[in-house]
Amino acid sequence: MNRIQTAFEQKQNLLNIYFTAGYPALADTMPMAQALVAAGADMLEIGIPFSDPMADGPVIQHSSTLALANGMNMRTLFGQLGPLRAALPDTPVLLMGYLNPVLQFGIENFCREAAAAGVDGVILPDLPVAEYEEMYADTFRQHGLRPVFLITPQTSEARIRHLDSISEAFLYLVSGPGITGNTGPADTTVQDDYFRRIEAMGLKTPRLIGFGIADKASYQRACAHADGAIIGSALIKALEGAPDAPAAAAAFVASIKN
Amino acid sequence: MTPAAITSYRTPTARGYYGEFGGAFVPEMLFPNVEELRTQYEEILASASFRTEYEQLLRDYVGRPTPLFEAKRLSAKYNTRIFLKREDLCHTGAHKINNTVGQILLAQRLGKTRIIAETGAGQHGVATATVCALMSLPCVVYMGAVDIERQAPNVARMRLLGAEVRTAVSGSQTLKDATNEAIRDWLANPLDTHYIIGSVVGPHPYPDLVARLQAVISEEMRKQLLEKTGSELPDYVVACVGGGSNAAGAFYHFLDEPSVQLVAVEAAGHGIHSGHSAATSVLGTPGIIHGSRTLLMQDADGQITEPYSISAGLDYPGIGPLHAWLGTTGRARFIAITDDEALAGVRECSRLEGIIPALETAHALAALGQLGAGPDDVVVVNLSGRGDKDLETYMKNFDKLV
Repeated sequence: MNRIQTAFEQKQNLLNIYFTAGYPALADTMPMAQALVAAGADMLEIGIPFSDPMADGPVIQHSSTLALANGMNMRTLFGQLGPLRAALPDTPVLLMGYLNPVLQFGIENFCREAAAAGVDGVILPDLPVAEYEEMYADTFRQHGLRPVFLITPQTSEARIRHLDSISEAFLYLVSGPGITGNTGPADTTVQDDYFRRIEAMGLKTPRLIGFGIADKASYQRACAHADGAIIGSALIKALEGAPDAPAAAAAFVASIKN
Repeated sequence: MTPAAITSYRTPTARGYYGEFGGAFVPEMLFPNVEELRTQYEEILASASFRTEYEQLLRDYVGRPTPLFEAKRLSAKYNTRIFLKREDLCHTGAHKINNTVGQILLAQRLGKTRIIAETGAGQHGVATATVCALMSLPCVVYMGAVDIERQAPNVARMRLLGAEVRTAVSGSQTLKDATNEAIRDWLANPLDTHYIIGSVVGPHPYPDLVARLQAVISEEMRKQLLEKTGSELPDYVVACVGGGSNAAGAFYHFLDEPSVQLVAVEAAGHGIHSGHSAATSVLGTPGIIHGSRTLLMQDADGQITEPYSISAGLDYPGIGPLHAWLGTTGRARFIAITDDEALAGVRECSRLEGIIPALETAHALAALGQLGAGPDDVVVVNLSGRGDKDLETYMKNFDKLV
């Protein structure tokens, strides 16, 4: 059993926190990870900054731009993740990024380095499932990396069943149309119907809800329909102008969990 | 795939690949939209209702067929036989409207009620705003803050036509970022909105869809050449390439005619290796941009870098996957033209033929001296757009033009 599966077995209402590697300062990656987990984050999603993040809103894009300006790149990131497993032996850790930087680093290199750092899973939103299965699945599997697939309100039932059948991590339920960092809808009826529809499918794979989860209320609402939630933009926003970023991150997690 | 194994350059595979280029690298949020388009576009484009309305609008609204004009003074200068395909005479001043007329008809048939588009030089934005006014559909055009500044007349045109122009302030604030913003809008509005991409870029089926809608250019060329030269086939077809829509249209019906040399002209900016260039076929490497695997300008870490050209329509960091394929297989020859050479092309076409071309088009004209065409050769230059929108740039560079 991998760390992701163990976490879902042992915990409920998982809080998965996204943060951008190398933001706000280049050396913040590991201090952020440790502060988030100490404050109660159950899972981490470390963002690999990209110049053109098409599924992300202005908050995450801005953090990526600054991280790139700080000098963050794949090699630096894997260097920083060297002490990851000594510091956080049990926390599931995923890398989230876009396909192009991974391709330029080399899929094989990427998987090997990620596995060596103790990374458990990968989210590449612009890697189509068909391409993944055909071209990359073997390499991922060989290095013990689990891909995380996204589901949206428009994803067909047959496609959800297929994604469920090939998932060994969790399914990422995108809460509604849009990009990261949007606030949720004022009327939640449609969204609740969608969450219930997925709930009723009896999928084998655990589900986390993301996009538009920003505070304790939206986190709890997500937890009512899934195994937990993912928060990204709201955390990044909480770091803006903070004199001590890891401390601000810890305070943010505490505000969700307590 | 080796060139010998290629049976046709025209049609991508079912998954949208031209050789190793193409595909549809989109997030799950866009999958249903792209899939809806993919499964329906061929049938809709082939339907009698679409054909009838498309052809009628091209004739009565766009003003097609556009003339094929024998440019005698340019021919004398280059000692070859040069024809200009006058896409600059299309309604709105460029070839872009061939695509937007087709896509708005497609959007209607898909039941979409809202249109979005990206624009660089503003020509595609104007062409989209135009057909949206015609069909009474709300239109939002994304444009980089830098381009809004340098293409002010086109911004005014779009607004006059009733479109909302939204400023893309992320990244480099040009075409690449306007495209990112349009994609994000589509992610947020997946059900009611159709995204009219302006070039042969983006996820499958867009490159093929846009190429087919621009293919009317080369379809007409063949008929007109037969009339004027006695043969449907020229020796050279020359077109500028940013994303590559006018080139795709000018090449389309000659792609599988090996005797026709296809020449794609890119913007070298200050010079290919000056650090200020948009010559993607030379400076680009394979990667993913805007949902397509193609040649693109990027750094060693896979971050997309900012191209430069004096022409807002050519400074896109990628090229369409069809062109990446034509270039790497050798089917098309790529030539890069600097800002100054393009300005010389503007001057020459204006003075010799009485036609002021767009800056983008001037790159194609400036390549005439490098073709190696002989006195008996027939050369067609796709005159993709007129120069009105570039007057401010021309006035700034008057010392090079008069």
